[in-house]
Amino acid sequence: MSRFFLQRLATLIATLAVASLVVFGVLEVLPGNAAQTLLGPDADPEAVAALTAQLGLDQPAWQRYLQWVRGLLTGALGDSHAYGSPVAELILERLQLTVPLAVLAMLLAAALALGAGLYAAAHHRRPGDWGLMGLAQIGIALPNFWLAILLILLFAVRLQWLPAGGFPGWSAEDGGGFWPALQALLLPAVALAVVQGAILARITRSAVLDVLREDFVRTARAKGLSRRGALWRHVLRNALVPVLTVMGLQFAGLLAGTIVVENVFALPGLGRLVFQSIANRDLIVVRNCVLLLAAMVVFVNFAVDVLAALIDPRLARRAG
Amino acid sequence: MNAAPHASATARPHWQRALLHGSLVLGGALTLLVLAAALLSLWWTPWSPFAMDMGQRLAPPGAAHWLGTDAFGRDVASLLLVGARSSLLAGVVAVGIGLAIGTALGLLAAARRGWVEELVMRLADFSFAFPAVLSAILFTAAWGPGLVNAIVAIGIFNIPVFARVARAGALAVWSREYVLAARACGKGMLRTTLEHVLPNIAPMLIVQATVQFALAILAEAALSYLGLGTQPPQPSWGRMLSDAQTLMHQAPLLAVWPGMAIACAVLGLNLLGDGLRDLLDPRMRAR
Amino acid sequence: MPLLEVTDLRIALATPNGLVQAVRGLDFSLDAGGTLGLIGESGCGKSLTALALMGLLPDGAQVSGSIRLAGQELVGLDERALCALRGNRMAMVFQEPMAALNPLHRVGDQVAEPLRIHQGLGRRQARQRAQALLERVGIDDAARRMSGYPHEFSGGQRQRICIAMALACGPALLIADEPTTALDTEVQAHILALLRELVAERGMALLLISHDLAVVAQNAARMLVMYGGCLVEAGDAAQVFARMAHPYTRGLLAARPVLGGAADARAALRPPLPTIAGSVPPLHALPPGCPFAGRCAYTIAACHAALPPLADLGGGHGVRCIRPEAIAGAAP
Repeated sequence: MSRFFLQRLATLIATLAVASLVVFGVLEVLPGNAAQTLLGPDADPEAVAALTAQLGLDQPAWQRYLQWVRGLLTGALGDSHAYGSPVAELILERLQLTVPLAVLAMLLAAALALGAGLYAAAHHRRPGDWGLMGLAQIGIALPNFWLAILLILLFAVRLQWLPAGGFPGWSAEDGGGFWPALQALLLPAVALAVVQGAILARITRSAVLDVLREDFVRTARAKGLSRRGALWRHVLRNALVPVLTVMGLQFAGLLAGTIVVENVFALPGLGRLVFQSIANRDLIVVRNCVLLLAAMVVFVNFAVDVLAALIDPRLARRAG
Repeated sequence: MNAAPHASATARPHWQRALLHGSLVLGGALTLLVLAAALLSLWWTPWSPFAMDMGQRLAPPGAAHWLGTDAFGRDVASLLLVGARSSLLAGVVAVGIGLAIGTALGLLAAARRGWVEELVMRLADFSFAFPAVLSAILFTAAWGPGLVNAIVAIGIFNIPVFARVARAGALAVWSREYVLAARACGKGMLRTTLEHVLPNIAPMLIVQATVQFALAILAEAALSYLGLGTQPPQPSWGRMLSDAQTLMHQAPLLAVWPGMAIACAVLGLNLLGDGLRDLLDPRMRAR
Repeated sequence: MPLLEVTDLRIALATPNGLVQAVRGLDFSLDAGGTLGLIGESGCGKSLTALALMGLLPDGAQVSGSIRLAGQELVGLDERALCALRGNRMAMVFQEPMAALNPLHRVGDQVAEPLRIHQGLGRRQARQRAQALLERVGIDDAARRMSGYPHEFSGGQRQRICIAMALACGPALLIADEPTTALDTEVQAHILALLRELVAERGMALLLISHDLAVVAQNAARMLVMYGGCLVEAGDAAQVFARMAHPYTRGLLAARPVLGGAADARAALRPPLPTIAGSVPPLHALPPGCPFAGRCAYTIAACHAALPPLADLGGGHGVRCIRPEAIAGAAP
């Protein structure tokens, strides 16, 4: 098991290294001088030169890359040009929104998926199954930003139960608080969760049906477990591994979704920061944010792998 | 030996066959609807999508404008029809790029094995860390917004998907008896790939293509919504949603139509893909 | 009163081709502590019979007739009552030990499970009993190994674990459906010996299902031969083997390969392995009359007309054939 863990950890680090190279490389290819772009086409050449030197743009690429990596490891990520504050600070602030949002969305999606998937599988080939899977198909087809807009229309504009956008913050002193913040995150999380949940529901149903066909389920019933008992005690755990794996893979999609959804609800999260920084040509911020998003995906998949191996000891054995 | 013949043996029960067809039929119908809309728009639309009529701003659906007008008095129905073009173009080209290059890489990996395979698959694995929309945002930011850049970005991230599918399928075919026999007779790798492997993996590639097509439409819509995709004045479903959001209080219906169009297209393609997968799979097994 | 009494058991299955009669009018009984072998080839309905006893037939299957366990009628019994009996009063061991255990649960927990379900034992107590059971079935170092997972055990060991699981609550009836078919020959012998010991030790009744005559001969006091969903011969094992009143039984024995014996020099001259010509009739197109008619060397016109009744040959030996005397006359 520990060998498996170390192997996965090594893969994690390697992936992050390559990701950093890719991110750096893509932004390197940007046409034009970044300093020039920031200051505008009519800027004083001396000012441009000064900013170029300040941003270190006159150094060779590999040197800048290494500086960046060093910065990543020490936490000195540089300053944002547009916001004028340290990037690390900015990112931490924004993470306070994006991470809870992603977690909430994932939890909602998982609950939705497990409930619907189990029910559909238990009522296989009956109306309940078809109905739920039809709903799932529709759920998958909905663009999450459209669903977000529809939710705003219904719950914020019509019913006025929930805010249409913005984020009051987690602390009450700043005019926020736990419940107001949660309320602000609810609609965005639902918009994200519906699509993810629909995809996961189909996977769950399929995984549960596969497990139901296995011999050990028959053994469980031969021991005196009822259908429901066998479902909870034997089927669920076994179906969890493929579902968990897909959840890990879907997390990337979820994060991508948060970028768009944060824009719909005007939430000051990481996704919005990326988007705005791209518009502002604030490359330092973009670089770090994108790498962070990629790192989150990689880390979640790593966690999923380890969790799956804990549930199914055969996985650790095969790799080790 | 289990003496019980399973209810779901080789022959499908009637209700399952009907549903299979239902999925295929409904999916095909929706997809064709979108295709027809795009093709029709090349030739005729109720109004010109670029014609602004400030006197008729934000009109509700009526006789003159079937789905109403937007903030500039442009006919919504016409915008939808022309918008279908961007979406379909995005789908076709992005999937085309992914299919062509991805399949080639996947086939190469399966044929060559060794370090080539390792390299291709590692690259494919690393790509999962970059969700398509994020990478597309990055690309369009680096090279400027626009439909072309958006499509290329989406297309690039289709490559690993098809590479993985092609390689998995190709490996299965390579290990089949008649392929081994062909190789033993001295048939070259390229010929074997083209004559045996490719036709056999074609069905699964087609199914994957419908899935990726749907995802490409969603990605293009998301990018256009963010302003990074199709640029004005060219109509795009995603951008129509973005415009409609600012007018939610005055004209809520404006937000409904483009989203429904996107959902229809994606649903149609997904159902089509499902139907095709069920249709093609048993035949593949029987071969 | 016999422990298990089956009367006119009929099982119909729902298939794409319609309702199919898989088991047609089966009658047999089993005394407490007795052993009964059920023999037949694939598709004859023996596994279905076992599943019907346990109430584990697939959805869409229809059962009619009577199955009485210790006087209690099982056909039509509600699911809850059946759950209370399964793993408790009657238990089953299946054919594929590699797939019968949940790969994600520890072996000790799986053996302890029936104890916790039926006897309400606490975790520690159940584990102690499970350990004792595992030791009894021959798992070495049970205390440590019971924390292991199924994939850490061999096929034979897994079958032992399954047997331990089945025995946990001390059932009156143990059904073993081809328990050794998927195992190596040497392991087979050990497992069968274990079953014999346990049956004798606990006074359990054993219903042993197999397609292998030798297995039944060595382990069952009485036997039933099934073909095409029907019972074709029944009686004490010794009597059945001595007399072999039904042509199918006879064919089964003749079809067994004989090893060794004749000198190697004559190996080339040994006659080819005898087979029974023809094949089993498809269940959805069962002909009227004896299911073995047509494949049988003694077929006459009357054989095709109607299903022969069970003829009593004396001493509890029955055969479903209208020409037993003709077959008796022929050389075995």
